[in-house]
Amino acid sequence: MSLATAHAQVDDHSHDDHGHHHKETFVTKYIFSQDHKMISKQYLITGLIMGVIGIAMSLLFRMQLAWPGESNAIFGALLGKWAPDGVMDADVYLALVTIHGTLMVFFVLTQGLSGTFSNLLIPLQIGARDMASGFMNMVSYWMFFVSSVIMIISLFVEAGPAAAGWTVYPPLSALPMAQPGSGMGMTLWLVSMAIFIASSLLGSLNYITTVINLRTKGMSMTRLPLTIWAFFVTAIIGVVSFPVLLSAALLLIMDRSFGTSFFLSDIFIQGEVLHYQGGSPVLYEHLFWFLGHPEVYIVILPAMGIVSEVMAVNARKPIFGYRAMIASILAIAFLSTIVWGHHMFVSGMNPFLGSVFTFTTLLIAIPSAVKAFNWITTLWKGNLQMNPGMLFSIGMVSTFITGGLTGIILGDSTLDINVHDTYFVVAHFHLVMGISALYGMFAGIYHWFPKMFHGRMMNKNLGYVHFWITAIGSYGIFFPMHFVGMAGVPRRYYENTAFPMFDELTDVQVLMTVFAIITAGAQLFFAFNFIRSIFYGKKGGQNPWKATTLEWTTPEEHIHGNWPGAIPEVHRWAYDYSKVDENNEYIIPEQDYIQQHTPLFDGEEELQH
Amino acid sequence: MTTLLTLAVLVLVAIAIWQMTKIFELSQLKTDVSEIATDKDNKYNGYLLFAFLIFIYGITIFSFYNYGKALLPEAASEHGGQYDKLMLVSMAIIFFVQTITQALLHYFGFKYRGEKGKRALFYADNDRLEFIWTIIPVIVLAGLILWGLYSWTNIMDVNDEDDPLVVELYAQQFNWTARYAGADNTLGNANVRMIDIDKANVLGLDESDTYAHDDVIVKELHLPVGRKVNFKMRSQDVLHSAYMPHFRAQMNCVPGMITEFSFTPIYTTEEMRQNPDVAEKVKRTNKLRAEKAAESGETIDPWEFDYVLLCNKICGKSHYNMQMKIIVETEEEFNEWMASQQTFKNTVMASAQ
Repeated sequence: MSLATAHAQVDDHSHDDHGHHHKETFVTKYIFSQDHKMISKQYLITGLIMGVIGIAMSLLFRMQLAWPGESNAIFGALLGKWAPDGVMDADVYLALVTIHGTLMVFFVLTQGLSGTFSNLLIPLQIGARDMASGFMNMVSYWMFFVSSVIMIISLFVEAGPAAAGWTVYPPLSALPMAQPGSGMGMTLWLVSMAIFIASSLLGSLNYITTVINLRTKGMSMTRLPLTIWAFFVTAIIGVVSFPVLLSAALLLIMDRSFGTSFFLSDIFIQGEVLHYQGGSPVLYEHLFWFLGHPEVYIVILPAMGIVSEVMAVNARKPIFGYRAMIASILAIAFLSTIVWGHHMFVSGMNPFLGSVFTFTTLLIAIPSAVKAFNWITTLWKGNLQMNPGMLFSIGMVSTFITGGLTGIILGDSTLDINVHDTYFVVAHFHLVMGISALYGMFAGIYHWFPKMFHGRMMNKNLGYVHFWITAIGSYGIFFPMHFVGMAGVPRRYYENTAFPMFDELTDVQVLMTVFAIITAGAQLFFAFNFIRSIFYGKKGGQNPWKATTLEWTTPEEHIHGNWPGAIPEVHRWAYDYSKVDENNEYIIPEQDYIQQHTPLFDGEEELQH
Repeated sequence: MTTLLTLAVLVLVAIAIWQMTKIFELSQLKTDVSEIATDKDNKYNGYLLFAFLIFIYGITIFSFYNYGKALLPEAASEHGGQYDKLMLVSMAIIFFVQTITQALLHYFGFKYRGEKGKRALFYADNDRLEFIWTIIPVIVLAGLILWGLYSWTNIMDVNDEDDPLVVELYAQQFNWTARYAGADNTLGNANVRMIDIDKANVLGLDESDTYAHDDVIVKELHLPVGRKVNFKMRSQDVLHSAYMPHFRAQMNCVPGMITEFSFTPIYTTEEMRQNPDVAEKVKRTNKLRAEKAAESGETIDPWEFDYVLLCNKICGKSHYNMQMKIIVETEEEFNEWMASQQTFKNTVMASAQ
């Protein structure tokens, strides 16, 4: 706390023309920038490009599922030798599934989401000139960039990219004889992920330090917007769990290249016995999911934070139960680190452990339920401004509930037995963390676009078209998918024609694929809107959404150091929307919000929220 | 069915286009309008939120109506009934909560759509409300947890009571093999290091272990109805998962360790074929297959219901076709079948001498 105060004081004295000392060249401004606002845009655009690739891959394998084994000119054109005569090869199907998962989970929804908005909003909303370490921040982005490039390069190697599923369980991922993708493709995957983890750790440490040390005067932890709470806790989970994945990746590299036996034992493949002895694939599963489960909260918590903020602004109401929201973020974060075993109920792990993990997993439904109810109550008796960001926030709550509820089934070890690794799981996690996190990301992009691109706003009508088609399409894809899973169809099957019992479900696959194509098409509206608005978007003024938080007190044009003068001092929490005095009049006449840096008025009571 | 789907899609596309033109029309009228939602936007989107609620209910009903019948039939194992009951209760709770919360969310979105001059209620907190919606999930989940854990403990308790039949399920890329423990009902030792392809000792049985001598190795899994089966799973190469959906049974096969699962089949294959749901499904499926055959000119055999064992852990190229037929039959039929099988001693060991 004293550090923050000291920092603020230093700034008070040296603010006059902060930001104008440095001569900036093209390279220092746009490429090796140390400014958090530029780094955030770099994350966003890299993330979006990876998202385009990831979604395109999903369309390819969805078409294969709908029309199995049929020749398709698109396959021939895009997959080349992996689609002889336009018929997709079974190995490349697995590769597409694997890389789709990897790109979407890590590159889009971890660094694309967290990297973008943590970087943009942490300094702006807590009132800091920049991140604690601008240099480390830059290094973090460029490591992310390098890992993205390596992941993309892996698509072009001779034997194909990694194809063992995004969880890359050994021995399949460890033995090049087991599948072609486990050769060079897997090596590149592991190298890319190792660099990615380093990038993520550097980013997270920076976010944590910044939130703890650089809050402006008056910005106590309980006055922080919920976005910052979410990013802060997300970073902590990342620091706790990502190193474990790094060790799993390193041990797997050892097993693959240096003959160790951490995860391998008693293997006979292609006519010979391998020397591996004493390792266990189950150990890898433990290490992987120790990250893997917190990872889904690393993905969803920032989305939750963004939704809380965007919803409060657009409902013109304080977020309901601010402290309960913080408590539930903390509870989710804590529980997220002790539930990983629910991915392993039928892995051969001791069933007693399964009981423990069922218990902790179902507990996590409680803070999640609290959050959902609080969002719904935030809408109640609001004055809802249906900006695209708001629609995506409402949509996020809807998909989060639909997807989250089926977690009660999957988290129950008994019920998991028969739906484990079926389409039921795929439907569940796509709704609860895939679509929901994407909605959170879209809400954030529509809402903070003016803050990123010099006051320009995205076109709302295109935004509405984007939202409604996406909303209908997402349910169209993933709702029927639950039924496919409950009919017993396993995931990661190249085609389901080998089992007559799945014949009558081909119709559903067609339906889902058609919805997927339409939904992906709707993203073109977004892409067009995004690019056009960067250059031609209408300006909406310094505070277009009439929000209370500090980022809207900065000038539209980006300056190094964020505020031209002193950093504003904070006097109230972030949610004084539609607050009235005892005469039932707005505190500031004709204005339904009070910004955080506005001092308390005479006789105004600060709520002990 | 396909026409129905195409129609549904066409209608949706039409709605989308109609929406788009309308929205573009609106944006043409007042070109100087800002990018911030106006009362008109609030109104339209408010109504759309309400329509979306109906869409969610609609797709739920549509899915149940069309795909509800494609779900797995009644469980064919003793513990499966318990499983199905727990699933049903959990599903009922889920749909109840889903219906209510989605209604509230979208209805509030519709009801409280913004208007100029309207005032939102400054409502930041209510301890009692929050207590209520914390405690209700706690109670409901406590019930589900206890029930789930009770079932789990029962299902996963693999023991030697009631004279179980011991069967090994052996997985490799990309097929299954079953090994019966024979007359002594004890599986002989085995390890991948003892695999001898030349002698056709593909499961790596230890020839010096007398327990192995009477083991019976087959490619089709026969089970006597009503007798508990203890499965021991092994894999020789990568992870596989032995998934027997009709029995609500699944366990991964892990190289380097032996995993276990146990269940008691309660319906023979013949009885299951008589099950009305199954019979209906077979009828529908064969109609589809006949149509497809007529369309493509290929011959596609009609399907007869059989229990199957599927691989349900990604294991490589032919993962999608790694299966074994399971036949559940009466005790007599099983014994008769078993008597016709050759033991390890009579096949592999004999040929080696």
